[in-house]
Amino acid sequence: MTVMEDRLLLSGNEAVALAASRCHVALGTGYPGTPSTEILESFSRYGGRAQWAPNEKVALEVATGVAFSGARALCTMKHVGVNVAADVLFTLAYTGVDGALVLVSADDPGMASSQNEQDTRHYARAAGVPMLEPSDSQEAYDFTARAIELSERFQTVVLLRLTTRICHSRTIVTSAGSMPPAPGVPRFERDFARRVMIPVFARPAHRRLREKLDRIAAWSERGEWNRRVEGTSALGVITSGVAYQHVREAAPDASVYKLGLSYPLPVRALAAFAAGVDRCVVIDEGENLLAGDLLAAGIAVEPKPPAFRFGELSVGGVRRIVAGEPSPEPAPAPGTRPQLCPGCPHRKVFEALRDRGCHVPGDIGCYSLGALEPFESMDTLVCMGASIGVGLGMRHVLPEAEARKVVSIIGDSTFLHSGITGLIEAVYNPPPTGHVVLVLDNRTTAMTGLQDHPGTGQRLDGSEARQVRIEEIATAVGFDEVTVVDPVRDEAAWQAALDAALAGGKLSLIVVRRQCILAASKRARAARELARGAREGGA
Amino acid sequence: MKASRVVNVVVAGVGGQGVLTCSDILAEAAFRTGVDVKKAEVHGMSQRGGSVACDVRFGPKVYSPMVPQGQADYLLVLSEDQVDVARCALAETGMLLTPADVDGEALENKRSLNVALLGRLSRELDIPEAHWHEAIRAVLEARLHEVNLRAFRIGRDGA
Repeated sequence: MTVMEDRLLLSGNEAVALAASRCHVALGTGYPGTPSTEILESFSRYGGRAQWAPNEKVALEVATGVAFSGARALCTMKHVGVNVAADVLFTLAYTGVDGALVLVSADDPGMASSQNEQDTRHYARAAGVPMLEPSDSQEAYDFTARAIELSERFQTVVLLRLTTRICHSRTIVTSAGSMPPAPGVPRFERDFARRVMIPVFARPAHRRLREKLDRIAAWSERGEWNRRVEGTSALGVITSGVAYQHVREAAPDASVYKLGLSYPLPVRALAAFAAGVDRCVVIDEGENLLAGDLLAAGIAVEPKPPAFRFGELSVGGVRRIVAGEPSPEPAPAPGTRPQLCPGCPHRKVFEALRDRGCHVPGDIGCYSLGALEPFESMDTLVCMGASIGVGLGMRHVLPEAEARKVVSIIGDSTFLHSGITGLIEAVYNPPPTGHVVLVLDNRTTAMTGLQDHPGTGQRLDGSEARQVRIEEIATAVGFDEVTVVDPVRDEAAWQAALDAALAGGKLSLIVVRRQCILAASKRARAARELARGAREGGA
Repeated sequence: MKASRVVNVVVAGVGGQGVLTCSDILAEAAFRTGVDVKKAEVHGMSQRGGSVACDVRFGPKVYSPMVPQGQADYLLVLSEDQVDVARCALAETGMLLTPADVDGEALENKRSLNVALLGRLSRELDIPEAHWHEAIRAVLEARLHEVNLRAFRIGRDGA
C-alpha cells in the first residue's frame, strides 16, 4: 500500500481488506486461493483479526457463527472454494444473519491459476443472495462497506464477486466514502424458528427468503450503486465488473448502464435503459447470464456472441463485440510454461513415480506441474482432495497388475483441506490391492504464495499454533503403514518406502516431507525483519 | 513523454525475475506525479518460471487496467528469450527495451537488472527522478535500497 494524503494505490484485494478493517469487521476467515489470497493477509496487516481455516466450508461456518452473534464477518475464497462452502451458503440464505456476513468470491476468468472458470454469479441466483460486483479498487473499497450495510439492513449474507483483474490490479482509492457505524457488543439471542433449519422451520424460511429477495429487488430499482453514463442513443451497453472499464475505453460514446448490485437485477430500470437506445448489448465477463435474465424478462437486449464467454474480456474484445464480430481477437503466442522450481523436493517424487510407471491421480497445488515435461507423471486433477477418492475408484476396477500401480498424491495443505475423508473411505471400503497415498508435505501452501495451514505450527498473523500431524491422522483413521521420509536428505529411504508400499498390498501412506525452498527463504526474510524490528525497538 | 495522454508500459519476463517488482516501482513512481494509474498483474502458476507480464498505464484518466494488444508504448523484457513471446504487446511506434539496453557488466547484482531497465525507461518518461527513488524505497526491502538505486542510476545514465 502507498499512502499519499488521502490517495492510495491499492490492489482490489487490499481495498477490500482496508474497508473491512475500517468497518469494524470482527473476524476475517477463508482459505487461500488465487486470486483471493491477499485479502486476509492485508486485513491482518491493517490490524484486523484474520485466520486461515482448513477449508472454505469451515471458514463460512465460522463466519456464520460470528454473524449469528451480531458481529461482522468477512469470508474469502476463490470461485471454486464457493463449491466447498456451498452447503453452508444455501441454508445460510434461509436463516439469514444478525450481524453482517460478506462472502468474497474471487473468480478467475481465463484460468490464470484455476481448474475451471465457473461464474459465481450463478450462486447468487441459485442460493438467493444479493451480489455486488466492483469494477476497480475504489469500488472494491466502497462496495465492501456497502455490502456490510446491505447485509445488516436485509439480514442476509452478501456475495462480493471479484475477478482476477479486480483482485490483482492496482488502481487509485480515495478513501473518502462513509463507513457504517460500529456495531454493538456481540450477543446471541435464541430464535429456533430462524436458525434451526428442520423442515417445520425451513419451509417458512424458504418463503421468507423469496420475500426478502423481492424487497431487495424493489430497493435495487433505486440503482444507488449502479452507474449510468449518458452517451449516444445509437448504442447502449449493460455491463458489470471490470468489463465496464473495457467498455468505457472501447466504446467511449456509448450509453452505459453499469450494475454494481448485480443480483437481484433492477429489471424496470434496465428495461427503461434498453428502450432508450437503438441497440442494447450486454457485455459481461463470463457466462451470458445477464442477457439470459433480461431476455427472460422480455427486455430486448443482444447477448455477447457465445465465443466471448470463454476467458477474459479485453478492450480489443469489447471493440469486436460492438462491431458485431463473432469471435475474439486471436490469442497471443503461448509463452514459456511454468515448471517446478530447481531444487523443489517434489521433483524427487515425480522422478520416482515416472521411473516406476505408476498411475497417479493428483491434486491441486504446485505439484500439478508434475503432469508436464520432464515428468509427465501426474494423471488426473479434478478438485481439492480428489486424488484419494479417484485413486480408490481406479484401484476398485482396474485389473490387479494395473491397480497395484495406482498412487494418489496430495499436498499437505490440500490434505488438511479435504483429504482426510478420502482416507476414511479407504479404511471403510478398501480396494483388494490396498492403496498408496503420498502426502507431498512441503510445510506450506506454496501454490497460492506460501500461506500457513494447520500443519505448519503457525497462524496467518505469525503467531504460534498447535501443529496438526498428518501421520497421526493417518494412523488414527486406521491406515496399515504410515511412513515419514525426506526425499532429498535420504533419497534411498524414500524410494525404498515407495517400493515397499507398492508391493505391500495394504493401506500405506507416506508423508514425503521437505520444506518448500521458497518457504524456507520467506521464513528467513521474516526472521530478519523481526530481528531488525527488535533492534530498532531496543534502540 | 508528457502524460497528456495515457502511457502504456508492459513489463515481461519469466517468473522469479522481478517482473512484478519492476512494474510495482513504475506504478508507484507514476502515482507520485498525481495522475491516474492502473496496474494489472497475474499471480499463481505464472510465477513458477513461466512467462509473466504486467501492465502499467498512467495518464489523465485510465479505464481498463490491461494494455490492449499492440498498444504498448514501451515494452520492457527482462530476458532475451521472452522478446518473441511479449512482442505482440508493442505498438508499431513503441519502444522495446531489453537487457542489451543496459550495461549488465556494471551491475553489482544481476538481480537488479529489472531496476536498471527502469532506469533506462526513466529517460523516456516525464517522471521526476525523486519519485523513482521514493518508489524504489517504497517497494523494496530496506537492505536492497542502495544496490538498486545504483542499478537505477546505471540504467538512467548508460549510453
